[in-house]
Amino acid sequence: MARKIPQLNAGSMADIAFLLLIFWLVTTTMDTDTGIVRRLPPPPDPTAEPPDIKERNVFNVLVNKSDRLFVEGRLGDIRTLRSEAKEFLANPYDKPDLPEKKFEEIPGLGQYPVSRGVISLKNDRGTSYDMYIQVQNELTAAVNELRDELSKQRFGVKFADLKDDLSKEAVQKAIPVAISEAEPENIGGK
Amino acid sequence: MARFKKEGSKEPPALNTSSMPDIIFMMLIFFMMVTTMREVTVKVRIKAPDATEVQKLEKKALVSYIYVGPPLQTKLGTESRIQLNDSFRNVADIAEFIFSEREARPEADRPLLTTSLKVDKEVRMGIVTDIKQELRKVGAFKINYSTRKKAEAND
Repeated sequence: MARKIPQLNAGSMADIAFLLLIFWLVTTTMDTDTGIVRRLPPPPDPTAEPPDIKERNVFNVLVNKSDRLFVEGRLGDIRTLRSEAKEFLANPYDKPDLPEKKFEEIPGLGQYPVSRGVISLKNDRGTSYDMYIQVQNELTAAVNELRDELSKQRFGVKFADLKDDLSKEAVQKAIPVAISEAEPENIGGK
Repeated sequence: MARFKKEGSKEPPALNTSSMPDIIFMMLIFFMMVTTMREVTVKVRIKAPDATEVQKLEKKALVSYIYVGPPLQTKLGTESRIQLNDSFRNVADIAEFIFSEREARPEADRPLLTTSLKVDKEVRMGIVTDIKQELRKVGAFKINYSTRKKAEAND
């Protein structure tokens, strides 16, 4: 009854191993750091006069220490912040209470009405970091969506898919990241 | 009993081990890929907030990290602390940290240096604001709020 067990053919084992290896190589993502990139302003010059900015050009966003949002002095909602910021920055119907536009010559785009609006973001020392990031995220999303729209309209592709630096810079110039963070004040204590 | 003995006396087939090197190599390379070289041990709890508009940080060599969060060792309390390199520091030490980070890079790369803030989501903004003020003072303007990518459409 005892049969001789046939030799296992292991010649293809290496191939299988390589297949698995390549599968992992393709699917594994390295732990890359992601985040929201910002540029801090240089420290304020104590001798300089504060710039004269018209009320219509400022979009006030305030986050208090219990993470409540105030947009232009009224209670705001994080879910509508993005569309409000977009409307402010784009001002599509040239409303008199929304920011002015200034025609500027942009290489690659020609004359483009650049909004002079600035989003002023102010937070309390007691605001949670999570809420702050959510607000920053919504404001960034507003800018990114406007850039996408312009880029699609002029170049036919999304902003992130623009290949040449000229059109990228043109879109960046036409819709700048106009988010200014107010000089911190100690309002609510720790 | 005799029956078992008869079977046991048969020679077992040789195990083919020729593919063992392949498997070992595969594992080696897999671990090489997933391992991130981390020079510092994080001593604070960092659960980064989620965001949708995240960008990938290019050039890891040009990034210096500031960790902020409650200490992992509970006997150190729950107050948020700043960790630079391997130790807990104060806001006042950030300037020195940035200078030493600059020193460590070739001169051509220094203006491109980014500071990545790895902050726990429950940290209060007061400490983050202090850090940002320090960074402004020393001219480290490029910062990155470390966040994780969240899927779009949450409402």
